[in-house]
Amino acid sequence: MQFLLTRPPHLRPAVNVTRVMAELLVALAPATIAYIWFFGPGIIFNMAICVAVACLAEVAMLAARGRPSVAQLSDLTAVVTAVLLAFALPPLTPWWVAATGAAFAIVFAKQLYGGLGYNPFNPAMAGYVVLLISFPVEMTQWLPPAGTDLTAERPGLEATLWYVLTGQLPAPLSWDTIGGATPLDDVKTQLGLMRTVDEVRSGPLYGDFGARGWEWINNFIAIGGIWMLYRRVIRWHIPVAVLLGIIIPATAFYIADPGNHASPAFHVFSGATVLGAFFIATDPVSAATSDRGRLIYGFGIGMLTYIIRAWGGYPDGIAFAVLLMNMAVPAIDHFTVPRPYGHER
Amino acid sequence: MAGQSRLWHFHGGLELPAHKSGSTTEPLTAAPVPGVLIHPLSQHIGSPSEAIVAPGDYVKKGQPVASATGYIGSPVHAASSGTVIDVGPQPVPHPSGLSADCVVIETDGRDDPYVGYDPLINYRTLNAPALRARVRECGIVGLGGAAFPTSVKLNVGTGLKSLILNGAECEPFISCDDMLMRYRAEQIVSGAQIMLHVLEIRHCCIAIEEDKPESHQSLLKALSAAGDERIEVVRVPALYPEGGERQLIQVLTGKEVPVGGIPADIGYLCQNVGTAVAVARAVLRGEPLISRIVTVTGSGVAQPRNLEVRLGTPISHVIDACGGYTEAARYLVMGGGMMGFPLQGDQLPVIKATNCLLVASEEDIRPRSPAMPCIRCGDCATACPAQLLPQQLYWHTQSEEFDRVEDLNIYACIECGCCDLVCPSHIPLTQNFRYAKAQIWSQKRERERSDVARNRFEARNARIAAEKSERARRLAEKTRMLQTGAADPAAKKALIDEVMKRVGDKKDSSAEESGKE
Amino acid sequence: MFLAIVAIATLSAGFGLLLGFAAVRFRTEGDPVVDRIDSLLPQTQCAQCGFPGCRPYAAAIVSEGADINRCPPGGDATIRALADLLDREPKPLDPERGVVKPRAVAVIDEEVCIGCTLCIQACPVDAILGAGKLMHTVIADECTGCELCVEPCPVDCIDMIEEPVTLSTWRWPQPVDSTGGSGSPARQAG
Repeated sequence: MQFLLTRPPHLRPAVNVTRVMAELLVALAPATIAYIWFFGPGIIFNMAICVAVACLAEVAMLAARGRPSVAQLSDLTAVVTAVLLAFALPPLTPWWVAATGAAFAIVFAKQLYGGLGYNPFNPAMAGYVVLLISFPVEMTQWLPPAGTDLTAERPGLEATLWYVLTGQLPAPLSWDTIGGATPLDDVKTQLGLMRTVDEVRSGPLYGDFGARGWEWINNFIAIGGIWMLYRRVIRWHIPVAVLLGIIIPATAFYIADPGNHASPAFHVFSGATVLGAFFIATDPVSAATSDRGRLIYGFGIGMLTYIIRAWGGYPDGIAFAVLLMNMAVPAIDHFTVPRPYGHER
Repeated sequence: MAGQSRLWHFHGGLELPAHKSGSTTEPLTAAPVPGVLIHPLSQHIGSPSEAIVAPGDYVKKGQPVASATGYIGSPVHAASSGTVIDVGPQPVPHPSGLSADCVVIETDGRDDPYVGYDPLINYRTLNAPALRARVRECGIVGLGGAAFPTSVKLNVGTGLKSLILNGAECEPFISCDDMLMRYRAEQIVSGAQIMLHVLEIRHCCIAIEEDKPESHQSLLKALSAAGDERIEVVRVPALYPEGGERQLIQVLTGKEVPVGGIPADIGYLCQNVGTAVAVARAVLRGEPLISRIVTVTGSGVAQPRNLEVRLGTPISHVIDACGGYTEAARYLVMGGGMMGFPLQGDQLPVIKATNCLLVASEEDIRPRSPAMPCIRCGDCATACPAQLLPQQLYWHTQSEEFDRVEDLNIYACIECGCCDLVCPSHIPLTQNFRYAKAQIWSQKRERERSDVARNRFEARNARIAAEKSERARRLAEKTRMLQTGAADPAAKKALIDEVMKRVGDKKDSSAEESGKE
Repeated sequence: MFLAIVAIATLSAGFGLLLGFAAVRFRTEGDPVVDRIDSLLPQTQCAQCGFPGCRPYAAAIVSEGADINRCPPGGDATIRALADLLDREPKPLDPERGVVKPRAVAVIDEEVCIGCTLCIQACPVDAILGAGKLMHTVIADECTGCELCVEPCPVDCIDMIEEPVTLSTWRWPQPVDSTGGSGSPARQAG
């Protein structure tokens, strides 16, 4: 009898890239629902546009590079990049802004570097930063979270769609009546006006331990993140290190000068901290590879985020911190090669 | 380690589905003797043995048919009585699929035993070299899979701390050691006692994985019957690749075998439990190694079970003894689900290293989907028991930067396949590392060869240059003599005579040569 | 203006002297680059590159700018190594120079050999034993497979025999589907 040849190890592997990415998307579902609850249906359009553009860009680039496009699209990595980018966009974003971000992320940050596995920068964050710099107005117009009495009116489904398509709010809505700053932005502005943190925190944007609305979205993101840890989609090193990288300096400054520095709880539960820790910094392609390297990488992201928030020009710094640490990855990898079995300690 | 109270961990490793229950429900029995036995002369690293029989010779069961050559070598014995019908190349079970020299015996069904090795019941009165010689002449090799000659391994000098008997059979599908421990525990204990005597040490530890309670009970019973306090049984958690000797030593002692070294460097010697039984039989009964326990399993075989198989038995014969193939049989693997190698045909013989025959269906085996690009997830590094960075090794192997691969300590890789199995991109990492090792090895060999060639080339050039300058010098000398020699007619005459004579010689010899042609 | 000229002139003179001194003081015997190239060449001394041996080829690469793709025995690996060392673009082997062949050794048919010593004179590494009118033989371990002895043989009794693969010389090949859809860095570079 003749047999087919196989290669060792012969056992069936339990995981594949598609499944890892699919679990990541599932893990984002609770946070997406919370986001819709607090900020309206805008994120659905953002996601739809980003996913569509990202997939198109991926197929086009793979075809141009002469690679099998459909097979690689099915790995879902482009979808994940698009969804993460959509999560970082403001709830009301014109379609061309979202599309530009998604296209840049896939074409420049991913495919031009050689496609999946070869991109030195996190594509979603590269796309986000490009948008932040190119569309500063559109990227900083936020809605206040539901449950605050800041606005009488909130854009409904139709108004949201209108804005996404045209970039104009339908009358009688205007940014003056519906808009608001993000809490991190607010803190930055107010502290700049020499107010104390306590004064700032008594404002309506602030919730029980972080920013109103944001704190709950962050909680749901964290639930998704913990589920991913349980499913071994990600490992604990990067999320823990990112959070410690923020909590340690925040605690130190909060203890030393509580009047001028926001509390560590506020830093963790506002902005993109938790999303960054669990979903963005953990992108394996652009992260460090060894356990020790990942601790350093994550801690660096946390520290840089705090520094940018406290003293930088932008209210949130996760995206910049991730990109800066992406640049440091080769160096980190070089200095954190583990000691192999049987070598001197 | 005495009074084992604490266990350590090795880095990484995987909890794998054991797939062992299928082959352990049936009792251990002997497979029938086949009509033809094929004994390959090369069954392990080191020098192949040399056939000492010729076609037409009658051999008895247990009679040596090939003798060991070189220190790392081992003789081969006929597994049953019969007539040698061929000594020459036959396909052998090897990843390469190549043929190699074999002794082929047509059995006569009489199983006539060869009387050549006396039982050494009083082995305690013998010294270590004598016992090692017995182990060597009986062809005993490590039965865990590598088939390294046991007599060589036992020759590590004195001063060891402990002998470790490896019953941590961690690889999926293989259960031959489990069955051996259940059925032949007292022989394992005897083998351990003999090896303790050879090594002149006073401690032996038999390591069994926690998922083998029957083996554990059976060994405890045999130990209490023997009443030997030097030997203890230690249960270790079931985690692949714990049965690797370096990993097992780390779990039992917390120490690592230095890279490039052997366990004896840190005071330990590791032997498979099956080897202990083979040693006991060789010494106490004078039986050479002519059979071993083989696990026949997988959904491609009708009655999975463990069989005591004569070495040299064709695989098809072993499968027949297990009820034949099922419809689903697609793949044949010699060894377990992680480190075994695939075979194309079943006319190949069972050899000393054959611990398992896995006949797998399409569903048992990894799908042959093409590999995706590496996403640097690092799961491979987490799983690696040698604490390497498989993805970086892979990266550099792909770009053929083998010096970098070497810097990243590829030689610490034990090819266990953990990284491969956890890779979400299904990259054949283990195969890549084998290839990288082979490339590094052959580059080194090429370098050595080219250094030799360079030296010889330069030596030749120097020689030619020296000859040339010598000729030029002689010519100049003669010219000078001819000019200055005019003053001395006698000397001149002598010189002319000499030249004439030489010319004459040359003429003769060339005439001879042309006459020949 | 004048001051600037003086300053520049002084600096030039100073550095010129320094360079001159360095050239004398740190003079190196031979050319280390030639040595390094030579160490990468396979040392078959086959002269297929058009130079009378590996070292002359190495010297020619440095002094005459000879191409790095003229060594068939070294094949792609050697071209890549040379490209790395010299910071040149790797290119495919020059087909005029020959083709990559598996390693082989010369074997003399001892029945036919007439003992003419021509092959002995042709062998660049003195790997052929013999004397006039006596049968010759190749020391297989020393033979580089250069084929220089094949041509001169008047009775065509020298064959190039490939080394057979045995269990002990067999090595794992490169896995075939190792990269999947996206190319490896090596392939992208090449």
